[in-house]
Amino acid sequence: MKEVLVNLAYLISASLFIFGLKNLSHPRTAVRGNMIGALGMLVAVLVTLLDRRIVDITTIIVGLTTGAVVGTVLALRVQMTAMPQLVAVFNGLGGGASALVAGTALYESLSGGGEPGFWFTASVVASGIIGAVTFFGSGVAFGKLQGIIKERPIRYSGEQVVKAVVFGLALFAGLLLIKNPDRTALYWVMILFSSVLGVLLTIAIGGADMPVVIALLNSYSGLAASATGFVLENSALIISGSLVGASGMILTNLMCKAMNRSLLNVLFGGFGEVVSTEEDIYEGKVKATSPEEVALILETARRVVIVPGYGMAVAQAQYAVRDLYNLLESRGVEVEFGIHPVAGRMPGHMNVLLAEVDIPYDKMKELEEINPTFEQTDVVIVIGANDVVNPLANTDPKSPIAGMPVLEVWKAKTVVVIKRSLSPGFAGVPNPLFAMDNTLMLFMDAKKAVQEIVNALKESS
Amino acid sequence: MDNFVMYLTVFVLAMFVGFEVITKVPPTLHTPLMSGANAISGITIVGALIASGSENTFLAKVLGLIALIFATINVVGGFLVTHRMLGMFRRKE
Repeated sequence: MKEVLVNLAYLISASLFIFGLKNLSHPRTAVRGNMIGALGMLVAVLVTLLDRRIVDITTIIVGLTTGAVVGTVLALRVQMTAMPQLVAVFNGLGGGASALVAGTALYESLSGGGEPGFWFTASVVASGIIGAVTFFGSGVAFGKLQGIIKERPIRYSGEQVVKAVVFGLALFAGLLLIKNPDRTALYWVMILFSSVLGVLLTIAIGGADMPVVIALLNSYSGLAASATGFVLENSALIISGSLVGASGMILTNLMCKAMNRSLLNVLFGGFGEVVSTEEDIYEGKVKATSPEEVALILETARRVVIVPGYGMAVAQAQYAVRDLYNLLESRGVEVEFGIHPVAGRMPGHMNVLLAEVDIPYDKMKELEEINPTFEQTDVVIVIGANDVVNPLANTDPKSPIAGMPVLEVWKAKTVVVIKRSLSPGFAGVPNPLFAMDNTLMLFMDAKKAVQEIVNALKESS
Repeated sequence: MDNFVMYLTVFVLAMFVGFEVITKVPPTLHTPLMSGANAISGITIVGALIASGSENTFLAKVLGLIALIFATINVVGGFLVTHRMLGMFRRKE
């Protein structure tokens, strides 16, 4: 009887997760959605504490308190610019926890004296592999985002073979474990190979492809939880895990579409090698400008679009951008933001940074919305973005970024590009935008540049 | 085996529910959706609670405790940071 009640409670919490996610995907209900999700989690935790198997409450209190303190500090103290790293860490911890729980379940089942069944061990294997890949993959992603590991993709000849072999070894260890569940060392061998696989998979991926990777790891963390649900025969875990798996896949898919590339191409493709021949498309055509000149142009503008990229995050320029936005708005200029889906290092990265400085979210326009408006725009200010405003995507079918939807900023009257140098973006291709007649280059640090434009504007009035 | 097929059914149906429920997410919500969903994947905390709190070998308990700490960071941190982020999104009054 009691077990029925427990399972009913798990059903309630799974339903709350579904409601929560539904609400979380609409702007007006998102806050409530998150709370509903948290409530679902609370129900699940409380009902689990009533489980008769739980005899040692001290360990639980130690674990819960430590985790809650660390989690709270991380969540409240993180800078918004460091959000991609934090999401990577949380993804990794979720995956790691799932793998460990599956491992413990294996030990527990063996100490009970029984012979673990085929499906049980198979689920342990699935959970272990996905969990370890998620944990170490997220670790590398964190390292890259934090600047501890080189952001450029690390590629070498025969790398796909190496990955296939390592995956094969992990799978082989898993199959052996399924045949001999009492040889627990095999579990750790499997975890070891899966961990190496997680590192190899992510180390080969460059910074600008991070949005895809983060979304994918998000999906994996869900699938790992789901696999653990099979191990524990707990449908709450299975349902919640697959919901998260689905949500991560939706985001992964959106990110891939925004780059016009398949997931396989992002994970294994040769993107990020510098293919540029550096033929001089810039020679004699690039016009450098000064903050004062930009201020002068802005004086007469009626419509301005700001296009932020990862450079804005790196330079922490969002506060300066807010000042510029406020100043222009107070003078009756219409200002909007054009945001490319893969700008930054995780899905929605630019939106979070702009929201942090109180830019209303109806001013942040999507690609499809903003593109038709460039022709009526007086000035576009590109801040630390490159590949997402590259006209080659539309014109050169041989370019690595061919077919990628881009922000067609060159249709505006004047384009100001704030960038420290002419160096190519992540895709390694030069950007003809920089050499166009209506483009002015402002070679400066993004934050300093915007601040000086603001100052020049204030002085002239 | 019977159970496995039943759980597989639950898994597949829940995937479909996920794809149906999360439709047309506006880009503004990409990050909060991701971190909120991630907090939900911390549901593995349920397994970690049982692993660390039940009669177990020392090794299993240690693993369980690590899992519990990981999962709790994931859950608490995930929901909190999502809440904090969502608080920043507002319309112009």
